[in-house]
Amino acid sequence: MRNQLETLAKPRPLLDRKGWAAFLAIGFVLIVLVPLLNILPGRGSALHLSDYLIPLLGKYACYAILALSLDLVWGYAGILSLGHGAFFALGGYAMGMYLMRQIGTRGVYGHPELPDFMVFLNWKELPWYWQGFDSFPFAMLMVLLAPGILALVLGWFAFRSRVTGVYISIVTQAMTFALLLAFFRNDMGFGGNNGLTDFKDILGFPIQAPSTRIGLYVVSVIVLGLCFLLCRFVTQSKLGRVLLAVRDAESRVRFLGYSPTAAKLFAFVLSALLAGIAGALYVPQVGIINPGEFSPANSIEIAIWVAVGGRGTLYGAILGGVVINLVKTWLTGAAPELWLFVLGGLFIASTLLFPKGIVGMVGQWKAWRDQKKAYALDDKAAAQKGAE
Amino acid sequence: MRPAMPLPSVLVENATAGLAPEVVGKVRVSDTQLYLDGVSVSFDGFRAINNLALMVAPGELRTIIGPNGAGKTTMMDIITGKTKPDAGEVLFAGRVDLTKLDEVAIANLGIGRKFQKPTVFENLTVFENFELALKSARGAWKTLLGRLNSEALDRIAWALDTVGLDTKVEDIAGSLSHGQKQWLEIGMLLVQDTQLILLDEPVAGMTDAETKQTAELILTLKGERTLVVVEHDMEFVRDLGAKVTVLHEGSVLSEGTVDHVQNDPRVIEVYLGR
Ligand SMILES: Nc1ncnc2c1ncn2[C@@H]1O[C@H](COP(=O)(O)OP(=O)(O)O)[C@@H](O)[C@H]1O
Ligand SMILES: [Mg+2]
Repeated sequence: MRNQLETLAKPRPLLDRKGWAAFLAIGFVLIVLVPLLNILPGRGSALHLSDYLIPLLGKYACYAILALSLDLVWGYAGILSLGHGAFFALGGYAMGMYLMRQIGTRGVYGHPELPDFMVFLNWKELPWYWQGFDSFPFAMLMVLLAPGILALVLGWFAFRSRVTGVYISIVTQAMTFALLLAFFRNDMGFGGNNGLTDFKDILGFPIQAPSTRIGLYVVSVIVLGLCFLLCRFVTQSKLGRVLLAVRDAESRVRFLGYSPTAAKLFAFVLSALLAGIAGALYVPQVGIINPGEFSPANSIEIAIWVAVGGRGTLYGAILGGVVINLVKTWLTGAAPELWLFVLGGLFIASTLLFPKGIVGMVGQWKAWRDQKKAYALDDKAAAQKGAE
Repeated sequence: MRPAMPLPSVLVENATAGLAPEVVGKVRVSDTQLYLDGVSVSFDGFRAINNLALMVAPGELRTIIGPNGAGKTTMMDIITGKTKPDAGEVLFAGRVDLTKLDEVAIANLGIGRKFQKPTVFENLTVFENFELALKSARGAWKTLLGRLNSEALDRIAWALDTVGLDTKVEDIAGSLSHGQKQWLEIGMLLVQDTQLILLDEPVAGMTDAETKQTAELILTLKGERTLVVVEHDMEFVRDLGAKVTVLHEGSVLSEGTVDHVQNDPRVIEVYLGR
């Protein structure tokens, strides 16, 4: 038994052999193959990957990071945040502010410092909170700090007061709704309902150029991979087990001497950081960030991705984020009026019919197949016995 | 069943440090492991605990009986910080005021509890349940980077053996039988390194054989740890052979040996018709 315990006590690997193989294979396809198929074959070739697909795939990678971030808090810590769209949008706005400052004199009004919308509002100088955003490292810091601090403050008050279950969902919905209203206001200084757009370049590269788009796409995929490994690191650690314990029996965890507040706060803040990073990668690829990203419906949609993909597995969330957005892209082109019904239907189906999501269904199918195999073997054995 | 592992004696020493010279009857308050006096709590005007007094010595095994609704579970809620009393004194080791602390701080003092309804972490394995209960750093960062050392494994191995779950190490806790879950919860208290153990109806739903084994286990712990056991099963209470406190309507009705309380006319009256 001692040997068994020694084995169990070993730090758990991030992924097993099969997991690493799949991880590296998918990474190779997305990071090497996809860009090559875009660059190498001629436009007429059947192998050619069309230019418009690159930013689309980049967008899916951002959604996947966002889904992953929600799965960390919902699937593992039991916190159903319906405000993750807000963390995503804050990261996006921080990136947007950097991109606005890069425009310089190339704006419609040609002001060297003020973005167009400020000139339009007759503002004379840059507000204090826009200072520093011309620096990329500073802006990246804000991509983390804005959502991180909001999550820290909100989580601190909510978790300490033992706000759980549906109440935490309501609080986070209210948070994103409040931010939606605030960012709509022109005098907030974030471009009102038009948001931030007309970006020209990022780190000196023209933002519309195909090579920049490939670069942004590749960075998004790499960041997705790193975020996945980081989440695995957390969930494979003892803290991961504490989070599961908090999810399943929060009060019991207290009587063991752990503070659920600390564990939840850790997960919530980390998750908000990931959502912020996703938003920051998203904005240069879609070319705009506006208050619509704060809409409560957006945050609910993220929860649906995770539920449909399969929560508490990390890769299920990624799968859900990508698959549902694929369907969305296709449907909003083919039959836009159907999209909301399909989304609602998927959500209802995932709660009633496949509560463990796509990942759970695959697991069930495998179990069923193995069972069938076992029965077949039994039958064979019985038949042989009968023949003897 | 193996004998209990020796405990760090620091808590026991503290208990006898003699800070408060206050004396109740023949016992000094500072010599008690657990001390409750004048404790009352009401829920919506209903007095669940009414001027309750209780003293348990270090290393003592105490059984608490009383009809349903007598306030036994509520008393444990008060000791472990789940419920704050409206009035009264609750001291641990004769000097720590438990009414000022929350559940987490109280657990970290070395007070462990088994709930009336077995609550283990159903989605985790037996090993993982023990791993969580293990006395070790509890901060978020510490648990993110923490590793189990050899001494920790010794404790887990010993606890698995003591509660007889050594063949179920990798089983999911949710798949255990009711009795095994009860034992897992007791085992978790053992690795948690608690000085004071509160057991709320530990043999509810157990077979007779399991009940006997549990009594044996509790008896091996007696002396090493302070135990307060709430139970209905009089056979089991008899097996434990410890001092019995009878609760009724939130206060102590009678106290003494099993025979003493069973022959106490007031106790007989309360249990009449049962
Ligand atoms: N949180 C609570 N709110 C309201 N009433 C409660 C609460 N906890 C316990 N009670 C009441 O206090 C009384 C004592 O309950 P309890 O301590 O569970 O009794 P026992 O464990 O001795 O059977 C019961 O009448 C119960 O209904
Ligand atoms: Mg009870």
